[in-house]
Amino acid sequence: MNFLVAAWEWLADPVNASGPSGWGARTVEHLWYTALATVIACLIGIPLGYAVGHSHRFRTFIVSSTGAARALPTLGVVTLFGLLLGIGLEAPMLAFVLLALPSVLAGAYAGVEGAPRDAVDAARAMGMTEWQILFRVEAPLGMPLLLGGIRSATLQVLATATLAAYVGAGGLGRFLFLGLKTQNYAMMLASSLVVVGLAIAVDLAFEIVDRLVRRSFPTGVGAAV
Amino acid sequence: MIEFRNVSKSYDDGTLAVSDLSLIAASHEITVLVGSSGCGKTTLLRMVNRLVTPTSGQVLIDDVDVADRNPVELRRSIGYVMQNSGLLPHRTTVDNIATVPVLQGTPAREARQRAVDLMETVGLDPSMARRYPWQLSGGQQQRVGVARGLAADPNILLMDEPFGAVDPIVRADLQRELLRIQGELGKTILFVTHDIAEAITLGDKIVIVATGGRIAQQGTPEEIMADPADDFVTSFLGLDEARALHVSGRLVVDPTGRPVGRLA
Repeated sequence: MNFLVAAWEWLADPVNASGPSGWGARTVEHLWYTALATVIACLIGIPLGYAVGHSHRFRTFIVSSTGAARALPTLGVVTLFGLLLGIGLEAPMLAFVLLALPSVLAGAYAGVEGAPRDAVDAARAMGMTEWQILFRVEAPLGMPLLLGGIRSATLQVLATATLAAYVGAGGLGRFLFLGLKTQNYAMMLASSLVVVGLAIAVDLAFEIVDRLVRRSFPTGVGAAV
Repeated sequence: MIEFRNVSKSYDDGTLAVSDLSLIAASHEITVLVGSSGCGKTTLLRMVNRLVTPTSGQVLIDDVDVADRNPVELRRSIGYVMQNSGLLPHRTTVDNIATVPVLQGTPAREARQRAVDLMETVGLDPSMARRYPWQLSGGQQQRVGVARGLAADPNILLMDEPFGAVDPIVRADLQRELLRIQGELGKTILFVTHDIAEAITLGDKIVIVATGGRIAQQGTPEEIMADPADDFVTSFLGLDEARALHVSGRLVVDPTGRPVGRLA
């Protein structure tokens, strides 16, 4: 309990909280890294996932490569890119995108591919173009799954973004690595608690968005028939 | 008029779904393709709107080869009603019905208004307009499917076992409704079913398709019932010896004495 109290006191101390290297600013930085990595992963993963899900081509490639990407140890990737690219944000960002990509890709792909075959067939038979089938039928029906993918990607990156500090970038990891070196365990625990708090808050935010999405794209899945 | 001219369809694995079939479906009539599962009747139907491309031969609508037409425009000009309705689960009844008119550029308000009118045509209460497909019964979903097929006022309606998944009472009801609608609208309908009773009820002309996409016999229901071309047709119609019926009092019974009907 002493550590928890010490961690709380550390957080409550305005000296630690404010300023450009206070935990307030580091939290914003941490969220910014997370958002940036997730958005980049979406920009790559959603079009790719949609293309594969709609065309049913390269399915095996996607499934096996996302599986392999999931198995990558992020610390190793950060180190590798750090050695290649040097100190800064590029290396960890690349690693985070790599971390977020499989979930986003799988969500986009599974959502589109999982759209009811009858509905897709009917859409084509009615004279929708392939783009219209994708954006008016498959994408809306796959929205909950895509959102689930983005959600888990975001949470993974949020939890892992502490590693950015390992190669000299910012984020809440700064306190973890600093605390480790200076044996300031209260500081380490405090920054961990902030990460945990952020994760819970972000997950809750996604839960709300998820409900809104399910309301605007009702698919009847799980509804009483 | 829809004409199939020597069409064949074979798949890469060597399966022959349709072999050298020629057929004319006259305008403003219901032509029923009937046959057992896997005989190629659905393949034939899907050739008309280019969902399936024949390996050889042509499909013509009013003497124009469909292969020369843009598939998207062609499909928008032909109504399509399928089994299990194929409604878009994320759209309400009106929006499902209005799909094709909206694709064709009709303003949404106008298309929705027409969709509500069509709901009445197919016997659906307008109060269901804002419901989603899963909130409707199977029979209601099929009615929405029919309304959607009619929404762009196509000359041709393709119906692929549209009443196959509903119970017999609802099916009879839907069949009556279809005949009433056809009496008013006079569309050229190509209708696929595996149910010979349905074919006889609906068809101005019946085409019995045997396995491998070969026509076993075609004609009006009367012609086929009176003079089945071969044993296959006879057994498909249920007219073989095991079903030789006779009258016992007011009942019609089969050779084992089981009642199969009653004289009016």
